[in-house]
Formats: sequence, structure tokens, C-alpha cells
Amino acid sequence: MNSLAKAATWEKFFWPLLTAALLLAVWHYSVIWTATKVFPSPLSVEKGLVELAHKHVLWADIIDSLRRVATGFGLAAIIGIPFGLALGWYPALNQIFNPVLQILRPISPIAWIPVAIIFFGIGDKPATFLVFLGAFFPIVVACASGVSNVPSIYRRAGRNFGLSSPQILARVVFPAALPQILIGLRIALGIAWLVVVAGEMIAVDSGLGYLVIDSRNSGKRYDLVVAAMLIIGVIGLALDVIFRQVEKIRSVRWGFRS
Amino acid sequence: MLVRLRPVAFILVLLVIWQIAISSHPGQLLPGPWQTLRGIGDLLQHGLLLKYVVASLFRVTWGFLLAAAIAIPLGLTIGWYSRAEMAFNPLVQIFRPISPLAWIPIAILWFGVGDLSAIFLIFVGCFFSLLLTAMSAVHNIPDVYINVGRNFGLSTPAFIYRVLYPAVAPQLIVGLRITLGIAWLVVVAAEMIAVNSGLGFLIVDARNAGNRYDLVVAGMVVIGLIGLLLDLAMRSLEQVKSFRWGFPEN
Amino acid sequence: MDHVRKIFERDGNSISVLEDISLDVRNGEFICLVGPSGCGKSTLLNVMGGFLSPTSGSVAIDGETVQGPDPRRILVFQERGVFPWLTVEGNIGFGLSKLSDAERKQRIAHYVQLVRLQGFEHSYPSDLSGGMKQRLQVARALAVNPDILYLDEPFGALDSVTRFIMRGELLRIWQTERRTIIFVTHDIDEAVQLADRVVVLSSRPAKIQDVLTIDIEHPRNLSSPRYLELRDQLAQKIGLAFSA
Repeated sequence: MNSLAKAATWEKFFWPLLTAALLLAVWHYSVIWTATKVFPSPLSVEKGLVELAHKHVLWADIIDSLRRVATGFGLAAIIGIPFGLALGWYPALNQIFNPVLQILRPISPIAWIPVAIIFFGIGDKPATFLVFLGAFFPIVVACASGVSNVPSIYRRAGRNFGLSSPQILARVVFPAALPQILIGLRIALGIAWLVVVAGEMIAVDSGLGYLVIDSRNSGKRYDLVVAAMLIIGVIGLALDVIFRQVEKIRSVRWGFRS
Repeated sequence: MLVRLRPVAFILVLLVIWQIAISSHPGQLLPGPWQTLRGIGDLLQHGLLLKYVVASLFRVTWGFLLAAAIAIPLGLTIGWYSRAEMAFNPLVQIFRPISPLAWIPIAILWFGVGDLSAIFLIFVGCFFSLLLTAMSAVHNIPDVYINVGRNFGLSTPAFIYRVLYPAVAPQLIVGLRITLGIAWLVVVAAEMIAVNSGLGFLIVDARNAGNRYDLVVAGMVVIGLIGLLLDLAMRSLEQVKSFRWGFPEN
Repeated sequence: MDHVRKIFERDGNSISVLEDISLDVRNGEFICLVGPSGCGKSTLLNVMGGFLSPTSGSVAIDGETVQGPDPRRILVFQERGVFPWLTVEGNIGFGLSKLSDAERKQRIAHYVQLVRLQGFEHSYPSDLSGGMKQRLQVARALAVNPDILYLDEPFGALDSVTRFIMRGELLRIWQTERRTIIFVTHDIDEAVQLADRVVVLSSRPAKIQDVLTIDIEHPRNLSSPRYLELRDQLAQKIGLAFSA
């Protein structure tokens, strides 16, 4: 963007590494300088990471969190995509359902915990339900607006070629809306990851969120807290990157101008 | 006229189904719509509702504004200078997927249990969202505008004020609206864990101190309504004429 | 322009866009750059304007080498050039911040008149047609009194009727307030109608294929034998340029 000379390839690695190094240095010296007894230094976090990696619990926690995300997100997609497509396709449906959705959407999934516990008890299910709630609304919205943003030219062309309404939806509108739908799914996945961690801090006793809260509660192990946070960040990033790769598959790529 | 009534009719149908579902399971803990309404009335009477709403809004306002004041200029700068983006982007990408709630132990460590913690959590939640919005807004400025600005020999401050800011404003407003929604979600969740007042706390407290599920659901309804109002308020800001130009273009 | 070359690097490949362009332009001349699509006309214009720097060679104006964009040489873009958040007045006044209020108002009014946008002073570009937006861009450019005006296919996005009208407008404006104009187009008629000299560029990498002098006086009769003759000559040369 800047008018300065184009950056060399090595710079792509140099600058982030430099910044990370500076940040670590600042962190390290702040800990020493403030002589804090509790807040971990980078070194102790690193040791914490190693400790967690050796404990089987970490891997079980990661799998638990991922499993809940997979189930909740999967359900949200299976139900939400057709629902969203229908809302986008039939304005009458949208009119009916939209107000309810608009009221339910701003309610943090976490706020549903008491209700979720009543329905599902304690354990995996309420957490999965929360993930479902978190992912459902963005998916529905993305599908609905993806469909309604398809230029009417395409729909008319479909009709011109004698396609019936459901055929147009499947063969014209859906592919046309796919790029937007995928973006919505990716965002929803990110939200799902946020929600599962948050949900695990309250309603369950396993998973990465639980690890964060538990490390503090049972022993003020802030080194493990920060270590867990970093793991959460990295996994969340990995999920995002993987999904972006899916978006890049050529037959879908037409929608993204580089 | 009848068409307008459809959503209302639908909501009424839902409410009826809800009521029937509750009534057909006596001894059920969850409230029906009527009980929920009475719950809201209850809260209003005791002055709790107003107090908690104000507390939640207060925290949202502070966290949101602080995040905006820091993240937007920072994001615009990072988006503008490719080297800055190279430097900071990986860090941002790692921190972004960490739920603000995962920061709770640190928040409590630094700020104790109370308002500051909640504001910090909201700040964290809003910061990354606004940072990324600002970065993307800068990327999306059509080159033409930048070239015209350079052509007319504007000084850097003049360029920022007269070209950069107006060009990014519409996208920033949309980002602000979305982030406000995020802030509202975070505050409720944060209050369920880390504070002793506010709408989130209401939900947790109502359940813990007596299984008052009517108040729980009442709280949820109020949360939904206020969140919706905040969103509508931001949308009306988008309509202000000097920002509206950005939308037909999209 | 002195032996200007421009090479772009993309994905590790060097693409030579401009090859050895040398051209002298006189003050007050109307020059058209013509060539097939994609040959590099816009690149050349951007190099002249200082938005791109040449890989080798240099551009000098009145003896001074061009280092970067400058308000003395304003570029009019094909589309989306006007700022959508400013009114017509705001856009025209964009480069006039150094003037006093009274002076600025006067100048704005003058140029609103010149491009015939009276009545639209407080309108936003979204209320204007394509042709009006381009007129607005020209007004904004002229308002700062530049020495040179670069126009990059300014009428390319307009329908043919509007284009025809806009050419007339541009000539009228040019004859009222004479500047050096360098005008990029791929439309042969446009070039012959407007220019004093037409520079024909070959397809990429662009070299100067030919320079044609249009020696007809303005206003040009588009049916005169001389006009048609020159037009055919140009068409021929372009034909060569296409197959180069």
C-alpha cells in the first residue's frame, strides 16, 4: 500500500520475528522488573507448554474441544445452510423468521448455559449446544444474504433455460452464492472456537477452556494458563488456515478476485 | 397490511407453542412466556433491571470506546505500511482466536473482580475485531483515490484527514456495528464469570440463588432486546448522509 | 521523454511494457497516445505523471526531471476518480486549500460554469451521470491551474453519444484555457478529432510506431476529405500496430 519500494521476500519473515522477539523481551523484562510473583515469564510459559504436552490430559482436552466444535458446527451447518438458503430464496419466509432471529442473535451463547443445562444436563451436550448456537446465526445470515445477493440476471438465465425453481436454486443460485457461504462458514467456525472455549470455562470439566480456568483455580498456575491460551490461539489459527485452503479449491475460486 | 403482520403472527405462534410446552410438563423448571413477562416486571419493580442494564452498558461503552480509540488508528497504520503489517499480522492472527473469556484469569490477576476486569475483557474482544476491520478498510481503498491525493500534492496529515479517513469511514462504521455486537456478547459472558453485577450476573445469580428460572429467561429476553436496539442504533448511524456514499458502491 | 523504458516484475517474470520511448511535447499542444488495448499507454501516462518511475530513461518537464506526482500535472482517470464523499463544489475545491475563502469560491464558481455543472454544486457524485462525473474531474483538475493535463481514456466508460458530446466539451474548454494535454485513447476517431499530433504506440512492449500530425484547424469538420484522409492513415498505422 505504501509507496515505498516493494519489500523483499526475506522481510516477510524478518519483521514478524523481530516484533515477536521484541515482544518477548519486553514481557521477560517486565516480569523481572515488576518482581511479580504470579505472572509468568516467557520461559516459564515455555516450560509449562512442555509440561502440558507430556501430560496426557492436554491431548484429551484438545480432542474434547475439537470434538465439540466439530459436532456443534456440523449441526449448525446441516441445519443452518438449508434454512439460510430458504430464507434468502423466499422473502416471505425471511419476513416471518427474521425478527425472531434478530432478537435471539444478540444473546450470548454463554447466557444460554442455565437453559442448556436444564435440557442437556452437564457434560458434552450443553457445550455442543452452545457451539451450535454460536455458529448457527452467522451461517444462516451468510446463506441468506449470499442467496439474495445473487444477481437476478443469473436467476433469469436459469428460467430462460427452462429450469424449475428448485433446479435454479440448486444449479444456479447455490454455486453463485457459494463463495459468500464459505466465508460465512469460516467466520462461524472461528466463532465456534471462541464459544467452545468460553463454554468449557463454565459448563464442563474438560477441554481447553476448562484447562485455562482449572490451571488458575487449582494452584494459580499462570504459566499453564498462558500456555493454554497460546495453544488455543494456535489451534484456532490452524482451523482458519485450513478452511481458507478449502476456499481456494479452484472450482470455488471464481468468486474471489485476487 | 396482512403481510406486515406475518412476523408478529409467527412470534405469537411461537409464544403459544412455548406456553403449551411448559404447561404440559408441570413441575418443569423453565418458565412460560407469561411467567417470563412477570419476571421482567419483578425485576423492574425492584429496580434491579435498570441497575443491571446500566452496569452492563457502562462496561460495554468503556471497553468499546477504548478499543476503538486504540485499534482504529493502529489498524489503519498497520494496513497502510506493508512492513508493519508483515510485522504484526502473525501476532494478531494468533491472538485473535483466543476467546476474550480465556483472558479471565489474567484479567482477575491484573484487575481483580469488578468493573475493570469486565472492561478489559470487552476491550480485548473489540480490539482485534476493530484492528482487522481497520486494516482491511485501508486495503480496500481504491488506488484511484490515493493517486488523486498524491497528484494534488497533499501533505501527509492533509492526506490522512481528507482522503484516507473519508475513504475508510463507511467500512469502519460497519465494523463498529459488528464489534458492538461482539462487545455485547462478551459483556454478558464476562459478567457470568467475573463480576457481581450486570445482566450476565443476573442470569447466573437468579439460578444459583433459588432456581429463579423465570428471571433467567427474563434476563435473556432483555439481553436480546437491548442487543437488538444497539444494533439498530448503529445502523441508523450508517444512514447519515456523509457516510451513505459508501454503500451503493458496494 | 528520453529513452524511457519500463519493466514490470510479476511473479518472478519480467514484463517489458515500455521500450525506448522518446518524445518531445511543446507547450499548449494536444497530443493523443493511441495504440491497441493493453499496449502500455496507461503505463506511459503514469510514468509521465510521476506515479511510476521508469526502469531507465527519464522524463523532464521544462528541464526539470519528474520525481513524483505533482499538482502542476494533473491526471484525469477513466472512472471512479471523483471523491464520492464530497459534493461537486467540494471536489472542485479539493486542491484549493491554499487560497483564501473568497478566491476559492470564485474559482469553484468559474469552473462549475466552464464544465456546465451549474445547479449541481451541492450534489454528490452518486447523483451525477458518468459524463457529468468526468466533467467534474476535469473541473477539479483545471481548478489548480496545472501546466499539463493527462487524461487516461477519460471517456472510455461512457456511451458513444455522451463521448461525442464530451469531446466537444473538452475542445471548447481547451480552447478557452489552453494547457498542454496528453490524452490516451484507443479510439481512432477520437484521436483525429482532438489532437494536434497523434502518437501511435505498438503493442507490448510499446514503442513509438509513428507520429501523425493533424493539420486541420479547429473546429474540425468530420466529413472533410482531409479529416477522412488522416483518419484512414491513422487506421492503417494502427492496423500495423495491431500486427506488430
